[in-house]
Amino acid sequence: MGRRACVVCDEQWEGPTVGVEVSVEGLTKSFGVQKIWQDVTLTLPTGEVSALLGPSGTGKSVFLKSLIGLLRPEEGSIVVDGTDIMECSSKELYEIRKLFGVLFQDGALFGSMNLYDNTAFPLREHTKKKEDEIRKIVMEKLELVGLTGAENKLPGEISGGMRKRAGLARALVLDPEIILVDEPDSGLDPVRTTYISQLLLNINAQIDATMLIVTHNINLARTVPDNIGMLFRKNLVMFGPREVLLTSEEPAVKQFLNGTMIGPIGMSEEKDEAQMRQEQALSDAGHNLGGVEDVEGIMPQMDPTPGMPRRQAVDRRRERVRSIMHTLPENAQHAIQQSLDEADGERQPAYAGADGRQVGDEHGGYEQGGYEQGGYQQSGYQQGGYEGGGYQQGGHDGGGYQQGGYDQGGWSNDDAPTEQRGYQGWNEPEPRDRYDSPTDRPRG
Amino acid sequence: MAKTTNPIARSGTAALTQAGNIVELLVDVARNTFRRPFQFREFIEQAWFIASVTILPTALVAIPFGAVVSLQTGSLIKQLGAESFTGAASVLAVVQQGSPIVVALLIAGAAGSAVTADLGSRTIREEIDAMRVLGIDPVQRLVVPRVLAMILVALLLNGLVSVIGIAGGYFFNVILQDGTPGAYLASFGTLAQLPDLWVGELKAVVFGLIAGVIASYKGLHPNPGPKGVGEAVNQTVVITFLILFFANLIMTLVYLQVVPAKGA
Repeated sequence: MGRRACVVCDEQWEGPTVGVEVSVEGLTKSFGVQKIWQDVTLTLPTGEVSALLGPSGTGKSVFLKSLIGLLRPEEGSIVVDGTDIMECSSKELYEIRKLFGVLFQDGALFGSMNLYDNTAFPLREHTKKKEDEIRKIVMEKLELVGLTGAENKLPGEISGGMRKRAGLARALVLDPEIILVDEPDSGLDPVRTTYISQLLLNINAQIDATMLIVTHNINLARTVPDNIGMLFRKNLVMFGPREVLLTSEEPAVKQFLNGTMIGPIGMSEEKDEAQMRQEQALSDAGHNLGGVEDVEGIMPQMDPTPGMPRRQAVDRRRERVRSIMHTLPENAQHAIQQSLDEADGERQPAYAGADGRQVGDEHGGYEQGGYEQGGYQQSGYQQGGYEGGGYQQGGHDGGGYQQGGYDQGGWSNDDAPTEQRGYQGWNEPEPRDRYDSPTDRPRG
Repeated sequence: MAKTTNPIARSGTAALTQAGNIVELLVDVARNTFRRPFQFREFIEQAWFIASVTILPTALVAIPFGAVVSLQTGSLIKQLGAESFTGAASVLAVVQQGSPIVVALLIAGAAGSAVTADLGSRTIREEIDAMRVLGIDPVQRLVVPRVLAMILVALLLNGLVSVIGIAGGYFFNVILQDGTPGAYLASFGTLAQLPDLWVGELKAVVFGLIAGVIASYKGLHPNPGPKGVGEAVNQTVVITFLILFFANLIMTLVYLQVVPAKGA
């Protein structure tokens, strides 16, 4: 496969370029005696967007670093573009890595270079382009991530979100065939997360790169990827078309998607029977164990912005999913059949589907609301009203807590008086001097 | 791989593993030195940086060092009644032993710690990983220029220390101990020989190489977190000191066996 000509130059691409398949088999990694995960087998299908979910600390980032050979798993194989990177020489490994674009959690920018030099770095090291060509490419990538005008800033001078976007620009500058993204949402607000998601999909449509997104952001996981996998208890509990995980009845998966405390995932990795029973009892008694509401069903997937080329992966994926359909669970089969029927018919904007309405009253509804369709956004706002009701109820719950506190005489008498003051501070005018003091102090 | 629980055996294994890794990096550096493109710009920048953190302290250390050696040998030799050889004694001591030791101190303490801190903070910020992922070998891009820069600077520093040490010795001997300039220079010419200077420079080169490799290794493998970088810097200085002093001992032994003293 020839290297793709650069997107920004006016040259044509060298025929239909296709991303690279990454297949992982029987991968096991441990640090010392602690096993991180074992026997992970999955294939990132060519040109598709995959997501890897999992509670914090299940080794998602470790998996990502293993894929690019930064960490060395003890067993298994990782085949990229026909080369097993567990076996190959370090010279080959450095060649293979040129196919990758990786966005690290914190951007991993070079602290001594400004954003422009950071983004230009791979071009200067790997290509013989002239400086004005480099400038053109770099400025285009920086504009893509919304950093025009910040190119002379040093990484230490900008916010975490900007660092992340700059890291993305640098990862894209060589037009990679495989893009690995480590938690695109961490440190970004929901709106910017959606923009980044949109950007990733647009990039996928443009250069047909194989993508893996490591995340624990549910909104992103439900609307962006074609395939989803989940790491839990040192194993890859599932990996497959998005419908499989989103319709899964697996308790851990359901709990993770809902973000509630009920289920097998605990604060630490394991949760014992007694705690699960206790939490179930609390929940039955009306205690709010978190989570927005029951999330079920499948959200429509985000599309590239109109005007972008069509994602070639969509067609490939449809064929692939059809061929493996009979192996999937029943729920997933229904969901896939539905989406296939939809796709076969006149393809409407995804968010106009009835499905979208039903689940529209979650935050995800905002994500789905296209930036173009004002009408849909409005309905989103109305539903926001419903949510507000939900918040008020939360307020009642809170009241219940406070009362409980007052009932126990111990709170006000025995405990530290400062704590009591903190509670009362909301109602009484007396602590006002406390608020004033910070402004007085500098003058005094 | 069998894991042993015996703490002594474990720390012994860890030390040997580390030694092995450092040698591996040394070989890697040697190989990558000849790989094109050579990072000339990085080399110049690092050489300049290392020189800027070492030159002044080296000069300031060299003056009292030369003086102390000169005063000590001067008074000892006076008791033996061989005053005319004071110059030779102090010059030989400074050129053969004193200046490589001063270079070792400064290269390990000032340059090595700076390199470890620099690479270590890059490592914990995942910059090194990012570089590997971008298909660039950090050994070739960062470590080789640093090691070569340390060798070059060590070589030059050794010359600097020799000159300043001898000048300081001359000053203290002639001005403070009432030695005669003629005797100082004459004995210098009688006993000192060119190989003394060569071996001093050779020592400096070896010291620069060892210090550079150890500092780079520690910088590329710190424990996680800012504390890890601090520890790595600390360990760099301690380990480099130990190894350089032993290397000095061995090279001195070999030199005294191989090159006959002048006039002997």
